[in-house]
Amino acid sequence: MRDDDIRDAFATGGGPAGAGAQDAPPTLSFGARWTYDPAPESEAVAPIDSRYGLFVDGEFVDPRSGRYLQTIEPGTGEVLSEVAHADAVDVDRAVAAARRALPGWSALPGEHRARYLYRLARRLQERAREFAVLETRDGGKPIRESRDVDVPLAAQHFFYHAGWADKLDLAFGAHGHEPVGVVGQVIPWNFPLLMAAWKLAPALACGNTVVLKPAETSPLTALRLCEVLVEAGLPPGVVNVVTGDGSTGAALVEHPGVDKIAFTGSTEVGKAIQAKLAGTGKALTLELGGKAAHVVFEDAAIDQAVEGVVRGIFFNQGHVCCAGSRLLLQESIADDFLVRLQRRAARIRVGDPMDKNTDLGAIHSPEQLARIERLVAQGVADGGTLWQSPCALPERGTFFRPSIFTDVGQSDAVVRQEIFGPVLTVQTFRTPEEAVAKANNTTYGLSAGIWTDKGARILWMAARLRAGVVWNNTFNRFDPAAPFGGFRESGFGREGGRQGLAAYVRRPGGLVQG
Amino acid sequence: MSEERPTVEKTYKLFLGGKFPRTESGRSYVPAGAPGVHVCRASRKDLRDAVVAGRKAGADWAGRTGYNRGQILFRLAEMLEARKDALLREILAGAPGVDADEAWADVEAAVDLTAWYAGIPDKLGALLGSQNDVAGPFFAFSTVEPQGVVGVIAPDTPFLTDLLALLLPPLAGGNAVIGLVSERSPLVGLALGEACATSDVPGGAIQLLSGLRDELLPEFASHRDLDGLLVAGDPDAAVGRAAAGSVKRVRFAPAWSGPAPRRLDWIEAFVETKTFWHPVAP
Amino acid sequence: MTTRADFRVPPVDAVALETRASELATRSIKKESKRRGLELVAAMIDLTTLEGMDSPGKVRALCRKAVRPLPGDVGFPSVAAVCVYPDLVATAVETVAGSSVQVASVATAFPAGRASMAVKLADTREAVAAGATEIDMVIDRGAFLAGHHEQVYDEVRRVKDACGDAHLKVILETGELRTYDNIRKALRISMLGGADFVKTSTGKVAPASTMPVVLLMLEAVRDHYLETGVQIGVKAAGGIRAAKDALRYLVMVNETCGDGWMDPAWFRFGASSLLNDVLMQWVRLRDGVYPRPDEFGED
Repeated sequence: MRDDDIRDAFATGGGPAGAGAQDAPPTLSFGARWTYDPAPESEAVAPIDSRYGLFVDGEFVDPRSGRYLQTIEPGTGEVLSEVAHADAVDVDRAVAAARRALPGWSALPGEHRARYLYRLARRLQERAREFAVLETRDGGKPIRESRDVDVPLAAQHFFYHAGWADKLDLAFGAHGHEPVGVVGQVIPWNFPLLMAAWKLAPALACGNTVVLKPAETSPLTALRLCEVLVEAGLPPGVVNVVTGDGSTGAALVEHPGVDKIAFTGSTEVGKAIQAKLAGTGKALTLELGGKAAHVVFEDAAIDQAVEGVVRGIFFNQGHVCCAGSRLLLQESIADDFLVRLQRRAARIRVGDPMDKNTDLGAIHSPEQLARIERLVAQGVADGGTLWQSPCALPERGTFFRPSIFTDVGQSDAVVRQEIFGPVLTVQTFRTPEEAVAKANNTTYGLSAGIWTDKGARILWMAARLRAGVVWNNTFNRFDPAAPFGGFRESGFGREGGRQGLAAYVRRPGGLVQG
Repeated sequence: MSEERPTVEKTYKLFLGGKFPRTESGRSYVPAGAPGVHVCRASRKDLRDAVVAGRKAGADWAGRTGYNRGQILFRLAEMLEARKDALLREILAGAPGVDADEAWADVEAAVDLTAWYAGIPDKLGALLGSQNDVAGPFFAFSTVEPQGVVGVIAPDTPFLTDLLALLLPPLAGGNAVIGLVSERSPLVGLALGEACATSDVPGGAIQLLSGLRDELLPEFASHRDLDGLLVAGDPDAAVGRAAAGSVKRVRFAPAWSGPAPRRLDWIEAFVETKTFWHPVAP
Repeated sequence: MTTRADFRVPPVDAVALETRASELATRSIKKESKRRGLELVAAMIDLTTLEGMDSPGKVRALCRKAVRPLPGDVGFPSVAAVCVYPDLVATAVETVAGSSVQVASVATAFPAGRASMAVKLADTREAVAAGATEIDMVIDRGAFLAGHHEQVYDEVRRVKDACGDAHLKVILETGELRTYDNIRKALRISMLGGADFVKTSTGKVAPASTMPVVLLMLEAVRDHYLETGVQIGVKAAGGIRAAKDALRYLVMVNETCGDGWMDPAWFRFGASSLLNDVLMQWVRLRDGVYPRPDEFGED
């Protein structure tokens, strides 16, 4: 943990930088007096089978395809388990099951659907530790985050939407509502359980049935959730889970028996799905990439803004579509802020995701690590100045140091492209107008952050930033009651709130998506 | 026998950026519904110019208060009311065979519909926004904002209400709209521009093109700086595919029967929800 | 003469500050790191008795405990100091003589600070004269909240002068200042006024020490040091009874200020019952089983 490049001003043990050290500038040192022993969470609370089938019609079944995919533990690089690789035939089975279940499920009184969702929320809370361990092992995120963020939020999503299931008339009184039908949901690897909850909860509340396709590299919590569905007594076929790779997702998207697709993932794939659904009249919601600006003014609460920036880019290894990946600093505080930010970032504990004291876990996959490394190399080649935390990295598993680029311009790849890793770019601005212009100079529009102590400026800025979520004097906050989703090429449709619910009902006489 | 007075003929032009230019292409066509009249056959470049003007005007339009936007839409209703006779003549001139009573009813319905939408802009927050009860020391709320510039492909009918039924939802949502009027019966649609020009609508907030639907629809669909597209008719695969390149918000409005829809969800399709978070502390 | 402008401080965002403090509170301290942490906590304690019913006998017992918290185990450190009222300083000095334990005394009309400046200075001088090496003064919260910042600054300076060689700890009574912005300003005033330590609370007002307040203090002394080269200590006082909580404070010190403050000379816990819980946890680590509370003297 010790930073070799930071001089230890107190090597003699306490006392001010004593006589003899008067000429040296004051510096801080860390980790020489007290270090934390490893505090690994127990793997035993979440046993993992060697192989998982598909969840169709209320039970686990072998894939007709006969094929399986391995899922790797990013923290160790070792194989955790293997899961079915569903092909078009398997997808068809799942869609057929969802179709069969639709009339019964959608005809249930809302109050009854609510009851099942409440059960899911409660059971997830009861098994929270198990899910957290599984999520961390399969995904690489620190146990601290899966325990304190992913799993509790997932449970909250079920609880929140349970309460809507019998109040849809209140939400959609004017034009009426009916279920969309069979919904295909394709979710990403960065928040596997949470995204499953974001997708399933509103769909089920509104009376739809679902075929969920988890990400190829992080399927285990969604499969474990199927156990909870069975325990909760959810009628067979209401939720079906098909694991696999992109071809499985494509089979789901193209299946004629699906009435709506909800996708969270890359903008590239989102565009392909939108094109694929063109002309079918199927409903579509897309939650895609981002390149959020995080704007800090000179009057900001500086230490808290540093924390906000850290939270913005290093949360979940930066594998966050709404990550605050572009820091825009008011020129007058840029130097001081950067020093503080680097000092703070150097304190981020990178390592074993299962260690309760780890702040930054493993990069999710070798492919993602390679992408981050390629873009960072590009950033250096383009003339950017790269700072990286001097922290030690584990010998096995996929890891990347907290990284901060300065001397970058609006046209640089690291400023324009979504890196999806712990890599921040830093630029400066002089006026609020300039900050807005730089922030909006992107084709994305998912989120933005503002730090200033001035209320009027916050509202002025927030109204001008082209982003679906604007965090003011905070960042990366999520709640099922708060609609989340993007402007422009960050996708369309919202998740959360009454607005998110609207994505799962059909309004008679409404417009049709193309 | 005294010679009949030769009338001053009206030249039907595009309505772009608050002005009435001819198409840059110099092309015209004779609409099926109005033989003997030449109207502009707009080109993809006209659309491009309209998007540029719409982007600029859209910022102005969206930046005004809801009250102001509502008053301007109401002013538009006033201008339509005052021009009912002229609009009736445009409908009849653009579509021989339309019953005059039916056309009159349409013009009155167009005025009524516009007046209905005039009451929308200052209620968008109340109707579509929310205060979000988040589990933490934060004040979180959601507002709606326009998407920007929205293309509208009108139904190919002789009636003004059919055009307005699609123009007004995105417009009331704060977007700049670029309408492609009926190919067969464009006259009353183009005449709408004249009402707009006298009703304080910022130049470019409403723009109207005439031309060939098959030629221009793909351009609307593929133009990457057009944020949304509302197309009369059933879903069209080519449109959706072209629109996917910029994640454009595309909606189709199947033909309706009875009065023009007055629907919040049609407006909602062309606004974006923005969620704000701010901590709460002493 | 210092002008008002010198007291300007950056704003503090309460929710983000509290979030950071609560994140640091989730650190998991186990095994050897826990043992070492407990020893450091013990060595940082200002073992305190500040009751109207204090007596020389009570203070002597406290002092013996301060010097040897765990009789029979020579490996366990003495606490940093005992903290008593001025009239009991002489008793304490006599009892801890020969040990490393310092004698701290609250002065300046503790805890309310409602006395004339002359009385406050006399209070301070008497405590120093009786042998106190550390003086814990209270700021005039009334003056601070009324906006008389120069007056508060001036008092700190004059008490510092009266301290002579004794270290001055300035008690902000953060529970009365209420807002983090106030606390940040009071920190600035105290540091400029010559505080050797800044301290949260008298222990007589709730809330006393809280993690976010101490985090704010740590950030303030860290920045002051980096700006001026002058190091100032921090004392978290009041309300810290559990060893687990103390370790969380220690984590904050470790990750905010680092090694320079991980020392009894620069971070203190003002507490009375905390020591016994630290002893309990330490013995539990040593023996592998939970001891009875009554195995440790309640002095």
